[in-house]
Amino acid sequence: MTEEIIIAGFGGQGVLSMGKIMAYSGVMQDMEVSWMPSYGPEMRGGTANVTVIISSERISSPVIRRFDTAIILNQQSLDKFESSIKPGGVLIYDSNGITRHPERKDIAIYRVDATEEAARMNSSKTFNMIVLGGFLKVKPIIKLENVIKGLKKSLPERYHNLIPMNEKALQRGIEIIQKV
Amino acid sequence: MKKELRLMKGNEAVAEAAIRAGADGYFGYPITPQSEILEYLMEANPAETTGMVVLQAESEVAAINMVYGGAACGKKVMTSSSSPGISLKQEGITYIAGAELPCLIVNVVRGGPGLGTIQPAQSDYFQSVKGGGHGDYHLIVLAPASVQEMADFVDLSFELAFKYRNPVLMLSDGAIGQMMEKVYLSPQKERSKVFPDWATTGKPATRERNIITSLDLDPNGMEMHNHKLQAKYNEIREKEVRYEEFQCEDAEYLLVAYGTSARVCQKAVLLLREEGIKVGLLRPITLFPFPTKRINELAGQVKGILSVEMSAGQMVEDVLLAVNGKVPVKHFGRMGGIVTTPEEVVENLKSKIIGG
Amino acid sequence: MIEATGIKEIIKPENLVYRKTKIMTDNILSYCPGCGHGTTHRILAEVIDEEDLQSQTIGVSPVGCSVLLYNYIDVDIQEAAHGRAPAVATAIKRLLPDKFVFTYQGDGDLAAIGTAETIHACNRGENILIIFINNGIYGMTGGQMAPTTLPGMKSSTSPYGRDVKTMGYPLKMTDIVATLPGTYYVTRQSVNTPANVKKTKKAIRKAVQYQKLDKGTCFIEIVSNCPSGWKMTPVQSNKWMEENMFPYYPLGDLKIPEK
Repeated sequence: MTEEIIIAGFGGQGVLSMGKIMAYSGVMQDMEVSWMPSYGPEMRGGTANVTVIISSERISSPVIRRFDTAIILNQQSLDKFESSIKPGGVLIYDSNGITRHPERKDIAIYRVDATEEAARMNSSKTFNMIVLGGFLKVKPIIKLENVIKGLKKSLPERYHNLIPMNEKALQRGIEIIQKV
Repeated sequence: MKKELRLMKGNEAVAEAAIRAGADGYFGYPITPQSEILEYLMEANPAETTGMVVLQAESEVAAINMVYGGAACGKKVMTSSSSPGISLKQEGITYIAGAELPCLIVNVVRGGPGLGTIQPAQSDYFQSVKGGGHGDYHLIVLAPASVQEMADFVDLSFELAFKYRNPVLMLSDGAIGQMMEKVYLSPQKERSKVFPDWATTGKPATRERNIITSLDLDPNGMEMHNHKLQAKYNEIREKEVRYEEFQCEDAEYLLVAYGTSARVCQKAVLLLREEGIKVGLLRPITLFPFPTKRINELAGQVKGILSVEMSAGQMVEDVLLAVNGKVPVKHFGRMGGIVTTPEEVVENLKSKIIGG
Repeated sequence: MIEATGIKEIIKPENLVYRKTKIMTDNILSYCPGCGHGTTHRILAEVIDEEDLQSQTIGVSPVGCSVLLYNYIDVDIQEAAHGRAPAVATAIKRLLPDKFVFTYQGDGDLAAIGTAETIHACNRGENILIIFINNGIYGMTGGQMAPTTLPGMKSSTSPYGRDVKTMGYPLKMTDIVATLPGTYYVTRQSVNTPANVKKTKKAIRKAVQYQKLDKGTCFIEIVSNCPSGWKMTPVQSNKWMEENMFPYYPLGDLKIPEK
C-alpha cells in the first residue's frame, strides 16, 4: 500500500502542519512516511504545499508530480494540481473562495466546507483538522486514534489542552464531507 | 542501547545527530535550504547539556575559519551551508585539507550557478569530489539519500575525518534537507576528553610546540607534503569505498545515481522491471572515493549504463572513467532545482540506452 | 679592544644583565633590520614567559610578514588564512576557554581583507588578545598600499602617492573597535624607543590579565615602521614614523576599563 498525497493552500491555513500530523499518524501505525514541503519565499504569504507519502514499503522518491489524493484549499492550488491527480484518484476541496470548481470526470471529487464549519464552531484554528477528518473518511488508511497520537507527538506539550478541540474538529470533518 | 524513533527533517537530523555524536562545536551562517541546522542547534542549546559550542558567524568565510581553529585544537567541529555558501567556504576548506585537519562540512545543495534557486540540485559534484578550492586535495565525500543517513553519516564523517586527518563533506540536497522521514537516533556519546597529539592545546614542557599550517615556502618540502597527501588519498580509495546495489544481480542495464536521484531511480527500476526490463541501480555512498572498481565490474555484465544526476552531467565523467569504454554510458538529469521523476528516467533509459 | 680572554671573564652569571627569553626560539628572524616585528615578538614572548603561560598559550599567526611567527615563538600556533585570524581565535577560545589566545596581524590582514572578522570578533567581545601591527604598507608582498597607508604616501600600488579621492582614506581600525561594546581594552602603542617598548609590554601584560578575568576583547595596535617598504634606513624610518604616522595614529589608550 502506498498513498501519495498533496496538500495545497495558502500559507497560514495549516497546510504543512496537517501534513505533519498525517505523517506522524503513519509513524504511529508503523508505516514508512515522507513529508516534503514547498519551502523558501514561496511560503511567505503565497501558496504552500506539502507532499506526504504513506507506505507499507520503503519510499523511493519523495518528490513526485502525480498524486493519489489532492487536498486543495484555494483556487490557485486547484488550478495548479487538478491535472496532477492520477486517474481514479481523489480530490478533496474546500469550496470557500472557489470560483471555478473542479471539472475532472475521471477522479472522485469530495467537498469539505471546513472554513464555514470552523467559523460555525467558532474555532478557525481547527480548520485544517476538519479537512483532515474529511480525508480520514474518504481514505481510511490512517486510524483516528493514531491521528490523536500523532497530534500529541507533533504538538508541543503546552498545546496538549487543545487536543480535545482538535478531536472534535476531526469528527466534524468526518461527518460533513460529501461526494460531489 | 535502543535507538530512539523520531520524525524529522534531514536538516534537523544532522543537528540532533551532531549533538549525539559528541560534537564539540558548530559554526554556521543562515542560508536556505539548510538554516534549520543552525536553528535546531540554537533551540536545543547543547551548551547546557553536552557543552557543545554553537555559534552563528558573521559569514560563511568566518564560519569555516572557526572550524579551522576548532579542528586544529583536536576538537570535533563542523559547519553546514548550501551551494553559494559552500563556494565562499572553499578558501577555508583548502587550508583545512592542506593542514590535514579533521572536520565535517555539510552541503545541502541548491540549484546554481550564482544565486541560482533554493530548490534541490546536484550540481556541486565537481566542486565536492575534485577539490573545490585551490591545490591538489580531496575531501572524503558522503552522499546521504535519506533522513536516516543524514543522521548516521554525521558520526561516520567524524570517525573518518579523525582516522585520516581529513575534512569530510556530506553532499546532500534541498529535498533531503527539507523532507521529514522516520529516523532512528543513536544514543548520546560523551564528548572526547583526549586530544590528538598534533593538536594545539598549549605546549607542555614534555613536547615540542605544535604548529598547524598549510605553508611551506620550500618547494621541496611542499612537494613532499603533497606526496604524503596523495598517499593518504590512495589509502582512502583503497579502504573507504561505499555503495549500495539494488537489483543488480541479473541486471542487463544499469542506473548509477546518488542521493535524491538514487531514490528516484529506485522507483524507475521497479517501473522498468514491471515491464520486464532487467535494470539495476548502483548508488555510490562515497563520491570520493568513487566506486570505480565495482562499476567497472558491472560494466562487464550490462549492455549499457545511464548516469542520473540533477545536473548537466558531472558524475557521469567518473562513470565513464570507471567503465573505460566497455559499454555505452549516457547522462540524464534535470537542472536548476527540478527533481527528476521516475517516469523521465524510464523514458531516458529506453531512448538513450536500450534503443540507442 | 677587549682581548678574547677578557670576554670569557666577563661572561659570568653574576654579570648577566639581559638574556633572550626561552620562549623565543633560536631560529634567525626573517625580518628586515630595524623592523618593529622583532621587538614586538620579543616582548610578547617575554610576557608569556614571565606570566608562565607557555603551556596555556595558543597563538594565531596571519598572512603577511609575520606569517612565520610560529618559527620564532615557542608556543602552540595556528597559521590562519589571510584576514581570518580573529575567526580562528574565536573558535579556539570558545573550545578551550582556559587558554590564553592571541592573534598577531598586520594592517592588510586585519584592516583590509579581515575587516569583517576583526569587527565581528570584537563585537562579540571574544575573550582574546588582538595584536595589530600597523606599518601602513604591505611588507611581505613588496610594499603595496595598505588600508592604513597615509594620504600622499607612496607605495608600489600608489606610486604617485595615495590619492584619497580615488583610493580612500587611511582606516583607523583601532578607533572603530574602541566604539564597540565588546572590546574591553583598546590601546595604540609603538616600539620605537625603550620607553615605548616598556609601555607596550605593560599593555600586553594588562591584556593577559583581562583575558584571565574573561573581560572581552583586548586590542593593541602597534604603530610600526617598514624600512624596506618605505625605502628608508631604520633610523630614517623611525623618524618618518614619528613625524607622519604618529600625528595620524596618535599613541595612547582609546578605551580603558572603568575604575
